[in-house]
Amino acid sequence: MSENLITPENLVYQKTEAMTDRILHYCPGCGHGTAHRILAEVIEEMGIQEQTIGVAPVGCSVLAYYYFNVDMQEAAHGRAPAVATGIKRVFPDKYVFTYQGDGDLAAIGTAETIHAINRGENILIVFINNGIYGMTGGQMAPTTLQGMKSSTSPFGRDTKTMGSPLKITELIAQLPGAYFVTRQAVHKPANVRKAKKAIKKAMEYQKLNKGTCFVEIVSNCPSNWKMTPVQSNKWMEENMFPFYPLGDIKVPEDK
Amino acid sequence: MTEEIIIAGFGGQGVLSMGQILCYSGVMQEKEVSWMPSYGPEMRGGTANCTAIISDDQISSPVLNTFDTAIVLNQPSMDKFEDAVKPGGLLIYESNGMIRKPKRKDINICVINAYDESVKMNNTKVFNMIVIGGFLKIKPIIDMENVIKGLQKVLPERYHHLIPLNEDAIRKGMEIITVEHQLN
Amino acid sequence: MKELRLMKGNEALAEAAIRAGADAYFGYPITPQSEVIEYLMANKPEDRTGMVVLQAESEIAAINMVYGAAGCGKKAMTSSSSPGMSLKQEGISYIAGAELPCLLVNVVRGGPGLGTIQPSQSDYFQSVKGGGHGDYKLIVLAPATVQESVDYVKLGFELAFKYRNPVMIQSDGIIGQMMEKVELFEQMPRVEPDYDWATLGKKKDQPSTFITSLQLQAEEQEKVNLRLQAKYREIEKNEVLFEEINCDDAEYLFTAFGSCARITRKAMEMARAKGIKVGLLRPQTLYPFPTEAFSKIADKVKGILCVEMNAGQMIEDVRLSVNGKTRVEHFGRFGGMIPNPDEILNALEQKIIGG
Ligand SMILES: Cc1ncc(C[n+]2csc(CCOP(=O)(O)OP(=O)(O)O)c2C)c(N)n1
Ligand code: SF4
Ligand SMILES: [Mg+2]
Repeated sequence: MSENLITPENLVYQKTEAMTDRILHYCPGCGHGTAHRILAEVIEEMGIQEQTIGVAPVGCSVLAYYYFNVDMQEAAHGRAPAVATGIKRVFPDKYVFTYQGDGDLAAIGTAETIHAINRGENILIVFINNGIYGMTGGQMAPTTLQGMKSSTSPFGRDTKTMGSPLKITELIAQLPGAYFVTRQAVHKPANVRKAKKAIKKAMEYQKLNKGTCFVEIVSNCPSNWKMTPVQSNKWMEENMFPFYPLGDIKVPEDK
Repeated sequence: MTEEIIIAGFGGQGVLSMGQILCYSGVMQEKEVSWMPSYGPEMRGGTANCTAIISDDQISSPVLNTFDTAIVLNQPSMDKFEDAVKPGGLLIYESNGMIRKPKRKDINICVINAYDESVKMNNTKVFNMIVIGGFLKIKPIIDMENVIKGLQKVLPERYHHLIPLNEDAIRKGMEIITVEHQLN
Repeated sequence: MKELRLMKGNEALAEAAIRAGADAYFGYPITPQSEVIEYLMANKPEDRTGMVVLQAESEIAAINMVYGAAGCGKKAMTSSSSPGMSLKQEGISYIAGAELPCLLVNVVRGGPGLGTIQPSQSDYFQSVKGGGHGDYKLIVLAPATVQESVDYVKLGFELAFKYRNPVMIQSDGIIGQMMEKVELFEQMPRVEPDYDWATLGKKKDQPSTFITSLQLQAEEQEKVNLRLQAKYREIEKNEVLFEEINCDDAEYLFTAFGSCARITRKAMEMARAKGIKVGLLRPQTLYPFPTEAFSKIADKVKGILCVEMNAGQMIEDVRLSVNGKTRVEHFGRFGGMIPNPDEILNALEQKIIGG
């Protein structure tokens, strides 16, 4: 009986071609997996798997090149936008993306981020903001909220000595090189659909050579926030979204 | 006396703290000790292990390939460390979820069902203390009073009211551990 | 009052930094040394001694913060692991060039590249032979125990200020992550700097002070280089540290540093049990290197096995010291693999005794 159910007519969901069969190493309930999937789906739907080159960061998604079924390069910590610049400059017709965490993009790689966008590199930057250093075990990130505890701010982030959470997305939106800048989430079906649409738009703009597209995804880190996946999503809605409100931050004027 | 121990299981089973408690207790008994964890991403939801060495003499290498005692708390750990027990050594395993029994005939093997016992005690957090009790029954290398002193050192002050519960768990472990295979 | 504790190497080192009266720590997380900054953040050195602890946005930023603080005559330090240490090299070269005192800690992991997070000694060349650009030297201390990690923090700051030179503690994932007994020294006071070379604010009627590593004239730069070289010769004369175990009657010799020396010591014990007369010479300072000790012992042993968690780096210094007087062979595991005593003993028998 159950065997008969698995037939082509009954197919409602299929893993995208643009992801490999490797088992994801992410913790249960982590947003990285979903973010990978929608980006891969866009690549598949646009039929650009062969023309896409991705850059993986250092962070929990350091092994992203195992999962995306496209050519990828692994960058040193924070240097992904520079590596992507190199790729795009020699392959202007390829679709180039970076996939970076908040530590990678907004701390050690701030200079690379700002300068790549300031040059208006025609690349897509996918920015996973989980407010923490996931990979190294929960240290404070530039995006860690005020008062939020981490292993290097065990009494909560004290903005007097540790700086304020960095709204890097609003900041880079000021740069003339930034063409489309948006902030999304992937914790609920409706958000997943919206985030995917944003990524698709960004990839389409890349064809027009208009400048850098930047999609932030506010995400969770159940392991280092020390919460269950469900709790972490609730906490994210209650605490992250007020400070990092979802929605478009800079949309193209010429259309 | 030198006792070289590997403790291995899932992250979250208290593997690392078991090794620390044994080492703190060893310090209380004026032994030389060393504790070395596996570290890094393999800890993420996966297996964790630590090497604990307790000795009367200065300890040279803190990392080892063979052990006097292996305490294994899940199947992957059994698969990995059964062969690392020195001939004549001791293997203690936790029976819950263990699909394959140990095969070695040249070592002593003991089994403990600490998980069920911790459920009976209404506190699965004492799971690892039950296992420690089992180990200390078979190899009484540290006195109970020093284990308690060790616990006082490891646990933050606000948890000190839990020490009697942990002591009960250790005694429980001493009661329930059984010998599955004994040399000569 | 001295205090006995059971501590992780990284945490003990952090506690020692507070107790040594350090003024500032700047760092960026990286495995396997993140416990240093985590411990510092949790233990509020700001309240205890007024020590500043700051998480920088990168290792590049961190080392340049050290430069700034050290230029003010403060006891400043940073710690990292291999990939992060590579990023700091530019800054370290500037610090060495400007002759600033500071303490660097490298908890080495496997490489090259992102490598592994497991313990390794593959940064010996980087630490001992220069790492960054220009003709400079770091004083390099290699702890083999948690106790030495603590003691070398104090010693490291002393040497850094004595010679106005950066000092590196080169440990590794084993020493950083393991716990053992450690005796902590008493809290030392932080001192208000009063050095004529430091930028403390211009004094009235005196020329201003500046910290730089730049010379416009080659003649001037050569003078700086000569002064640095003279300083290095002093360091080589005064600061060599090493440990000899069972060397008096040794027919063969093991040499190894740091955590690897402990594993090698176990191999030595096994060899002795088999009747093989082998000793162990453990350099504690990698620069200055115990050249004379090796030269002396080379006169009486039939061969030296250099055991390292790398593909053969310290062996170059051993061979230079021995200068052909006896054979020197290498045994190593790398990439984060740790040699075991059996294979070390086997290598001694194959490469030195049998070879
Ligand atoms: C030069 C250098 N410094 C430090 C590290 C250690 N490191 C690895 S990932 C990481 C932070 C990752 O955080 P984030 O970018 O937010 O990604 P997440 O894991 O949260 O997805 C750090 C500090 C490194 N690999 N290289
Ligand atoms: S540590 Fe956090 S960010 Fe990394 S995979 Fe786990 S949940 Fe995701
Ligand atoms: Mg992050």
